[in-house]
Amino acid sequence: MLEVNNVYKSFGEFQVLKGISTFFEKGKTSMIIGQSGSGKTVLMKSMLGLFNPDKGNISYDGRIFMDMKENDKREIRKEIGMVFQGSALYDSLTVEENVMFPLRMFTDENKSDMLDRVNAVLQRVNLNEKNKLFPSELSGGMKKRVAIARAIVMNPTYLFCDEPNSGLDPKTSIVIDNLIQEITQEYEMITVINSHDMNSVMEIGDKIVFLKNGLKAWEGTKDEIFLTENETIVDFVYSSNLYKKVREAYLKGF
Amino acid sequence: MNYLHHIGAYFLMLREVFKKPQKWKVFWDLFLREVDDLGLKSLGIVAFISFFVGGVVSIQTALNIDSPFIPRYLIGFATMRSVILEFAPTFISVILAGKVGSFITSSIGTMRVTEQIDALEIMGINSINYLVLPKVIAALLFYPILLAMAMFLGILGGWAAGILTDLFFTEDYLYGIQLDFNPYLIQYSFIKTTVFAFVIVTIPAYHGHKVEGGALEVGRASTKAVVWTSVVIILLNYFLTQMLLG
Repeated sequence: MLEVNNVYKSFGEFQVLKGISTFFEKGKTSMIIGQSGSGKTVLMKSMLGLFNPDKGNISYDGRIFMDMKENDKREIRKEIGMVFQGSALYDSLTVEENVMFPLRMFTDENKSDMLDRVNAVLQRVNLNEKNKLFPSELSGGMKKRVAIARAIVMNPTYLFCDEPNSGLDPKTSIVIDNLIQEITQEYEMITVINSHDMNSVMEIGDKIVFLKNGLKAWEGTKDEIFLTENETIVDFVYSSNLYKKVREAYLKGF
Repeated sequence: MNYLHHIGAYFLMLREVFKKPQKWKVFWDLFLREVDDLGLKSLGIVAFISFFVGGVVSIQTALNIDSPFIPRYLIGFATMRSVILEFAPTFISVILAGKVGSFITSSIGTMRVTEQIDALEIMGINSINYLVLPKVIAALLFYPILLAMAMFLGILGGWAAGILTDLFFTEDYLYGIQLDFNPYLIQYSFIKTTVFAFVIVTIPAYHGHKVEGGALEVGRASTKAVVWTSVVIILLNYFLTQMLLG
């Protein structure tokens, strides 16, 4: 289990996180949602160890990240996969080399074993025969799939995704969402997604954490989101007419 | 205070640069790529500039010697000294600060703003060591070779220009370039180049690694890196000359 315990984080005078506590479970896709500036990215970067919380801690299956020595932190990082908003693929490397990168850095496998593993994960994300292409030759959806392949090639325990659907058309977004959810269940990972995309939240959000002004304003499942009376989350999620109608239909039992 | 902050941050970066690479095999591959990017791809521009600047030095020296009492072999002597002492180590380093420095800042800066560096850090890779050390080693090993080539082509360019314009004879030029030959001057030149090579890689790498924002900031960082690298090269040139020849 990945636990966030009473985390505070400030930048100068500005307090971004004000005592966030929550937890994320294995095999579940958890979403962190909230308006821009609500603290989602800072919370995720704190979980990833890119920011040290001012107070509180992050616990990876009982291992407190902040208290660890640098070498132990590096070991934990090998258990983490990350899909960035812009994919963050290495421009000078081909698809195959990008996915192979963590294997080359952290394992002593020979090249043919690494290639087998790379091909297996590329197949898993439905990206065959693109091995020799460079990132600049791929579409946005393909880049995201390569990024997912790179994130899971080391069989991570924890998968983090920052706005995985940003810049994608609705159809491709659903493909990416489903892929993340399937992989999460298949690999028994703890998956945490930062998202603005309400479609994704409704589609794959096994757990939803809603942040507002650096505070956890609501927490629940995608089904509970339809039933909640919490005004803050209702105001955020149902800000569009379409979602208002969807909710009304849901409450009326279709 | 801001300058002090940057100087401190630069030296903290150097501490990370010189840590042991996480995987030697990966380091070796990166090193070979950097030799190509930073060294081999600079051969053309260095050869071109060296040859023609050597030619200009020799023509200008010849045209400025009006008195018939001044021997023509001094043209070779002056060209040789100018090329070895200043042109090859300093002028070429300033050119490389522009060419290689902007490449390093923009490539690392782009990696920073597109989260590629974050991706390295999250994987537990020391991004500074991974990105900068192969560049430093490649430059330290390859720039002396570029320097040797620049010296040779500068002197050759001086000879070619003189012969093509009938300003002196080959015998005079050859005598001039061998006159009062001091091997320490070559050594001095190589020492300067090695120091400059280090600066040409590390200052732009520092500017690239600390970029925040987007494409505009990467562009600004590249400009800043080239300016500061050139300034540091000129200052170090002064101090090294004072220390080594003074």
